[in-house]
Amino acid sequence: MNYTEEKIKDLEGKAKKIRRLIVQMIAKAGSGHPGGSLSSTDLVTALFFSVLRHDPKNPGWPDRDRFHMSKGHCCPLWYAVLSSCGYFPEEKLMTLRQFGSLLQGHPDRRTPGIESASGSLGQGLSIGLGMSLAARIDNKDYRVYVLTGDGEIQEGNIWEAAMAASHYKCENLCAILDYNGFQIDGKTCNVMDLEPIVDKWRSFGWNTIEIDGHNMKEILSAYEEAGKAKGRPSIIIARTIKGKGVSFMENICDFHGRAPTKEEEGKALKELE
Amino acid sequence: MAEQLYQRDVYGKTLVELGRQNKDIVVLDADLSSSTRTGLFAKEFPERFFNFGVAEQNMMASAAGLAACGKTVFVSTFAIFASGRAWDQVRNSICYNNFNVKIVATHAGISVGPDGASHQALEDIALMRVIPNMNIIVPCDGPQTADAVKAAAGNKGPFYIRLGRPKVPTLDKKDVFKFGQAQVLTEGNDIAIFACGIMVAEALIAVENLMKKGVKARLVNMHTLRPVDTKTILDAARDTRGIIACEEHTIIGGLASSIDEVVSESCPTRVIRLGIKNRFGQSGDPGDLLKEYKLTSLDIEKAALGLFSSRK
Repeated sequence: MNYTEEKIKDLEGKAKKIRRLIVQMIAKAGSGHPGGSLSSTDLVTALFFSVLRHDPKNPGWPDRDRFHMSKGHCCPLWYAVLSSCGYFPEEKLMTLRQFGSLLQGHPDRRTPGIESASGSLGQGLSIGLGMSLAARIDNKDYRVYVLTGDGEIQEGNIWEAAMAASHYKCENLCAILDYNGFQIDGKTCNVMDLEPIVDKWRSFGWNTIEIDGHNMKEILSAYEEAGKAKGRPSIIIARTIKGKGVSFMENICDFHGRAPTKEEEGKALKELE
Repeated sequence: MAEQLYQRDVYGKTLVELGRQNKDIVVLDADLSSSTRTGLFAKEFPERFFNFGVAEQNMMASAAGLAACGKTVFVSTFAIFASGRAWDQVRNSICYNNFNVKIVATHAGISVGPDGASHQALEDIALMRVIPNMNIIVPCDGPQTADAVKAAAGNKGPFYIRLGRPKVPTLDKKDVFKFGQAQVLTEGNDIAIFACGIMVAEALIAVENLMKKGVKARLVNMHTLRPVDTKTILDAARDTRGIIACEEHTIIGGLASSIDEVVSESCPTRVIRLGIKNRFGQSGDPGDLLKEYKLTSLDIEKAALGLFSSRK
């Protein structure tokens, strides 16, 4: 599949801006989850700016594609993308996690563009499954995208949903797995190994697509391929780097759930210029 | 002899009726559709029924996803699984979002009988009652089950409706069902008896026997446990010598606690709690189990006489 250099450059530029916003928001808030937000940035940026059928001026459009962030702790990414799309003004971003803010510490329906809360891991794929079944009942052609974390798929609920989505042949459902290899307590392979990850999803009946989750061309072509799946759900297994884009956060477990200091924020923003 | 009905039968039939009127009603079950009677809906509307297999957590969170797309989702399984197994999904995916998911849980309470303790939900009201946005109805008989299901369909937000396994007698009720408003079944100012579910029929027998002994008991069918009808509770606290709470549920966190919370704040009075006291259930015929756990009409009568002879 061919994507123009211009389009790729544009998406890369947008992703860089989103990463800057993530760093600034979390630094301002003084707490939050930069590592997984940064590892998913390219995946979610490409989705919202190039794939998703949506209208920020009409968030309730019945035919819109649905997106749900099951790994709710990475909501700074979701918020930054939603505001960049025009769901709410960018200045709201700097109220993240503050009392009375539209932007809660984990996703909440008070935020324009967010359809369901998340935060307790493992439930989002089921939410997406429900949305997928609703499209079937209503004879609508919208698609449903769910971003999950790698540590998150240790939850049993994920595999219940994986079994059911396959049973119900939910071809309009696309899971995106941010496989950065880290969770709070360390590497996923040491805490609770996920391998052989592709075999697991394949054996559950899913169309599996493996990509480099930071390569825009691969990301776009993965979404396109998922859109062509017939009679089964798709999962994009994206190999990513935790903390991607900020050298001193990359593959550092500590930045799963720690805000950068003022000094670290400055250094990070310099790298993201 | 009063008509005897399975609440589950009424539930299944009411779902079909609602399904004909409203195309946005969707029904989910977890491999128990023949027991919960959602199978009746599945037969008539196969395109709006989804069996989730033995996977209650997925079922509850998927119900949330369907509700996010405008559906009114009825979800059924046994009460033990609906309330306990999938509690976090009910809390975070359904109630926190305030979605239109109506959990209709069958086989609640000790009257499940022979299946024994693992299947007897004695804590479900407590588990559901603590979650914000959740509405709770415990209907006393067949016809009231239809009322409860229709109220859940017609009101926004999550509901938990608790049904039993055995047949229950249909009771005379002079007032029509109003969601959120308890029904006073008999008038009386000596003592008050509050009951829900199958305990209402037991309490009614006790009230008739008490009448013969000169004690006029006010019997209240507390079908809605959330939102709680504080007025009816406080009226009883003011007018009578005390309240007896009867429930097929632990005395912690259910009907008795709902009453305690209201009276202790606004009108302290004695509340005698007839329910399951820090015990698991066991196998047996429902009638024998009600005797063992002191939940028969005789137990209610005894408690009432004790309360009546005490000083206000």
